[in-house]
Amino acid sequence: MSGARNLSAALRRARLPRPRILARPILSTSSPATATATALRSFSASSLRADTKQIKYTSDAYPNIKRDPKFAEISADDVKFFKELLGSESAVIDGVTTDATDDLEPFNSDWMRKYRGHTRLVLKPGSTEEVSKVLKYCNDRKLAVVPQGGNTGLVGGSVPVFDEIVVNTSRMNKIRSFDAASGVLVADAGVILETADSYLAEREHLFPLDLGAKGSCHIGGNVSTNAGGLRLLRYGSLHGTVLGLEAVLPDGTIVESLSTLRKNNTGYDLKQLFIGSEGTIGLVTAVSIICPPRPKAVNVAYFGLESFEQVQQAYLAAKGQLSEILSAFELMDGRSQGLVIESTGNKHPLEGEYPFYCLIETSGSNSEHDMAKLETFLENVMGEGIVADGVLAQDETQFQALWRWREGITEALSHLGGTYKYDVSIPLSELYQLVEDCKARLTEKGFVGDDDSFPVRAVVGYGHMGDSNLHLNVAVRQYNKEVEKAIEPWVYEWIQKRNGSISAEHGMGVAKKEYIGYSQNETMVKLMKQLKALYDPVSIFLSLNSSRCDHHTNVIFWQNGIMNPYKYI
Amino acid sequence: MASGLRILVPVKRVIDYAIKPRINKAQTGVETAGVKHSLNPFDELSIEEAVRLRERKGPLKVENILALSAGGPKTPDVLRTAMAMGADRAFHIDMLRGVVEKENINLVLLGKQAIDGDQGQTGQMLAGLLGWSQANQASKVEIKDESGTVEVTHEVDGGVETLRAKLPMIITTDLRLNEPRYASLPNIMKAKKKPLEKKTLADFGVEDTRRLKTVKVTEPPPRKGGGKVDDVDGLVSKLKELGAL
Repeated sequence: MSGARNLSAALRRARLPRPRILARPILSTSSPATATATALRSFSASSLRADTKQIKYTSDAYPNIKRDPKFAEISADDVKFFKELLGSESAVIDGVTTDATDDLEPFNSDWMRKYRGHTRLVLKPGSTEEVSKVLKYCNDRKLAVVPQGGNTGLVGGSVPVFDEIVVNTSRMNKIRSFDAASGVLVADAGVILETADSYLAEREHLFPLDLGAKGSCHIGGNVSTNAGGLRLLRYGSLHGTVLGLEAVLPDGTIVESLSTLRKNNTGYDLKQLFIGSEGTIGLVTAVSIICPPRPKAVNVAYFGLESFEQVQQAYLAAKGQLSEILSAFELMDGRSQGLVIESTGNKHPLEGEYPFYCLIETSGSNSEHDMAKLETFLENVMGEGIVADGVLAQDETQFQALWRWREGITEALSHLGGTYKYDVSIPLSELYQLVEDCKARLTEKGFVGDDDSFPVRAVVGYGHMGDSNLHLNVAVRQYNKEVEKAIEPWVYEWIQKRNGSISAEHGMGVAKKEYIGYSQNETMVKLMKQLKALYDPVSIFLSLNSSRCDHHTNVIFWQNGIMNPYKYI
Repeated sequence: MASGLRILVPVKRVIDYAIKPRINKAQTGVETAGVKHSLNPFDELSIEEAVRLRERKGPLKVENILALSAGGPKTPDVLRTAMAMGADRAFHIDMLRGVVEKENINLVLLGKQAIDGDQGQTGQMLAGLLGWSQANQASKVEIKDESGTVEVTHEVDGGVETLRAKLPMIITTDLRLNEPRYASLPNIMKAKKKPLEKKTLADFGVEDTRRLKTVKVTEPPPRKGGGKVDDVDGLVSKLKELGAL
């Protein structure tokens, strides 16, 4: 028996999901070692470029953001207080009184290697009460705070800019309750999305959110950023599925609103303020969410199409003919799939090359019924010539392999260099025009090319067709200010003209903060600022000397407080 | 000897490779109700190889590829998959040897084992019953000439072994042989129109008697999960508690 066969057999016995390439090694692969290495290269390894180059500090990349002097500096006494409060040694990473640079790094920088802060203190409270005490102390001392979950965000919202204290939710990771009859799950903020979903899978339910980062992201962070993901089309946004939550306000007040009720029209629906506010008015510590029954029959088809016209026709046909079982309709352009091939070396499921690809998923309760609907749909789109070619997953392995062609794009891009990411909502008919226009613009300026002398490798588009949500990605060899200036604010103006959104599901963070005006009018921004001031105020006490009257006037100013400053709005 | 290749590919419908099998309540076998089933991965390789033999246009033309499976009412699902990958027709039957004789088959390509029972015996038993040459766990199959000489390479400890035999023969396939294709939509449509016949044991004049009885099936004892400690102090106290320090 060869080593590779032993390995395959062992994997098979363990029933582990495995990359397709390992299960079916390519003929020319002669040694088992190569086969394994190839397998590891596909999608599983994290960024290969890690640690080869230092990440630029956000404060250097954004020189217009200045540290607000109203915030206090962390002292040794503060650290002592937190250590006593949180008790456990592992709950505090102390870079104030000790040298902990290496330990702090993962909390200071994001996985895209785009944002990097200067924090010297990370706190990992283990309970809501501890969060409350931490925030109250910080508020009293005017110490700025950044709430952090799995740190998988794409806009720099979960890492500090300066020396804000990182309050990480990873130690709050208990599932509190699940009721099979209502499908309501109550869990701590730090539960990893995939863990929650596996827990629900054993109980034949499904977490109503799924996204590429599911293995790392925390559900508290998902709720705080109102993450959208792959199956929003079917299960709706978190604004609908979250029934209640528990959060802590900056002054330590615990907002206990963990309702498990589907209907509750008693007063303002305040929980909605914490969904998508990116930790700027409070820190979410627990979530109550309604989960649908897990579909028993899931099918995945992958299409190649000749034009965006046909993609739209296919989408309309899918909506019409698959309506209640359609659970995802994803769009990938030819260039994005080319980059996945380049990065992973995997064999593409279709023979020919097409400018557009779609992935359709159906989820239902009866595989025979679903199959009958799906076959009618497939016959229709093939017969009408809407779809040029396509495959249908025949087993679970193929099912996962096909999904990786969509989910693996982000990771494939990160292997090949940096990426300028724009996550936008645009009316469906013009969804892909943005990619064409952006490519034309950058090509005209001479930025796009095949060899290393060009900063831009490719302009690609993919996204959640079913939600009119496009991801415009400009893959660059290095981050380059000139390229950035050519894209921004041009891309935002383009979107504004079409009444689109400059941030569909990724949020604002540091990256989009100054562009909010392209998608929200002045009144809306003013109302948002009022909310921020209401829930997270910090008082600035000034003593004014008036020479004329020769007496002191004490004035209190209220300013934005400690929660995730420098970001969002 | 042969003017063309008439290939038989017996396939099996098994619980999907990626699903964790569970024992049924009566402890008589694995729970199959409501569990996703697929084509046995090794059989998928066999179909792929049969189709490739046709596409390679070697010295012997492939006349016909017949997929065959024994099993319950859902069995046609995997036969349709086999036909979508390129098999010409399919039989849904209860018996292998009779088909080989009746259909004038001269090459049988089958997976080295089914992933549910892991018995790995069908190819060998069939070869024994027919008195044909057999080459197992093939990693490469080559038709050398028009008289039906076949070279099969398979992996052995520390290297490869190449066998040569004349048709008719039995070949069982291993993982390294090829990378099975996806079933494309046009082929799935075509597969629906390809002939799929239901045959019973009586068609071949054979009677089925069960000689083995499954007494009991149990899961291996669950592995005790490890614990996670927060920090070094936690580790030390845990080690002391367990008497390791």
